[in-house]
Amino acid sequence: MPAPSRLAGLLRAGRFVVTAELTSTNSADPEATWRLAEVLRGSVDAVNCTDNTGAHVHMSSLAAAHLLVEKGIEPIMQLTVRDRNRLALQADLLGAAALGVRNIVLMSGDDVTAGDHPEARRIYDIDSMQLIEVAAGMRDRGVYLSGRKLEQAPSFFIGAVENPFAPPLEFRPLRLQKKVRAGADFIQTQLVFDAPLFTRFMSIVGDLGLLDKVFIIPSIGIPRSARSARYMREKVPGLHVPDAVVDRLEKTPPARQSQEGIQIAVELVKAVREIPGVAGVHLIGIKWEEGVVQVAEAAGLLPRPTVSPLATVGGSR
Amino acid sequence: MRVIERLVVAVEKPLKEAVWDCRMCGQCILHSTGLSCPMRCPKNLRNGPCGGVRANGNCEVYPDQRCVWVEAWEGSRRLPVFKDHIEHLQKPVDWQLQGTSSWINLASGRDGVAPKGWEPHASS
Repeated sequence: MPAPSRLAGLLRAGRFVVTAELTSTNSADPEATWRLAEVLRGSVDAVNCTDNTGAHVHMSSLAAAHLLVEKGIEPIMQLTVRDRNRLALQADLLGAAALGVRNIVLMSGDDVTAGDHPEARRIYDIDSMQLIEVAAGMRDRGVYLSGRKLEQAPSFFIGAVENPFAPPLEFRPLRLQKKVRAGADFIQTQLVFDAPLFTRFMSIVGDLGLLDKVFIIPSIGIPRSARSARYMREKVPGLHVPDAVVDRLEKTPPARQSQEGIQIAVELVKAVREIPGVAGVHLIGIKWEEGVVQVAEAAGLLPRPTVSPLATVGGSR
Repeated sequence: MRVIERLVVAVEKPLKEAVWDCRMCGQCILHSTGLSCPMRCPKNLRNGPCGGVRANGNCEVYPDQRCVWVEAWEGSRRLPVFKDHIEHLQKPVDWQLQGTSSWINLASGRDGVAPKGWEPHASS
């Protein structure tokens, strides 16, 4: 068996972790994925491989995650219930485990209408909450959803997502609690551009007693330009980008907008780091791996720990 | 039994379609979802809203419609009983029950049958 999740080890050791999203490629050449991943090496603790992000087809997250394992970069494999039924989901989870993937993030996924195949049939056989429970069942009880036994249970560090900024706002912390009860070990949130609103969300999550049960990792987006910020505000489902952020970039001369975007992200990293219960940050430089490295550097997140702490995966936190 | 079931469906279907826009999943959980049918959600989510709900409370997929789960949350606050049932983890849908009578499935216990490997952790 390959090593357990290093990400889990760092979080359980109380280290403030840094993860980042890898741009998923449209290339049959693994070098395309490796080139992007190499930019991130050393600047982050683990790398998310997205699953047809924004409902646009790309290389599968399972394949990308395995390519990272081959190069010694720890992947976090995202898996949506949009494109697979319960058989395919469990098959991919088990396959991922066998290929050395330890960290998974399970989610509903943007609807097909947001992507490049809006005419596709959406699956949603089970929902993200149920998939968390299924993955936990495979790990903790060594069974498929059908009850049939696995020969060897996978040792997953199970992640989930939450959007603190989408209605119904009062239900969001309870939904997070539900995911924790289903078996989520860590949460990566939707992009945080509004730190005060996120602070309120975290305080309710704290009141529910969840902060010692789950690691919460807010996502920080790195807008490369005013155009990119506008795109996020208008086109990405569930994304809350305050006007102040877009205005700030629009008032910046085009040549300096990317630096301003870095600055915005750095300020957000520093703001969320102060919030009790925040266990790390997830950096999303939309198709901009270099931006992730610059933010990590400028926010004082480097160097990343090089020694892998001993991790025990499985069971509760 | 087939005849009885057909008769019950003939009553249940038009009634629940008219009142709740019911989709006849055959395993009704309306009391846990503030009387907002979760099968109307384009993602068939039975455990809460997705992350794509619009700022105005409308659906990611159908921008002109209210999110089923925004209505579920508001509805659950108004219910005199079962308020906290919205926090319960709902088991996966049994698609074999599509089109059958949830009243009969409730009476027979069929709608409570979960896959053998489904064993949610105790609520903590």
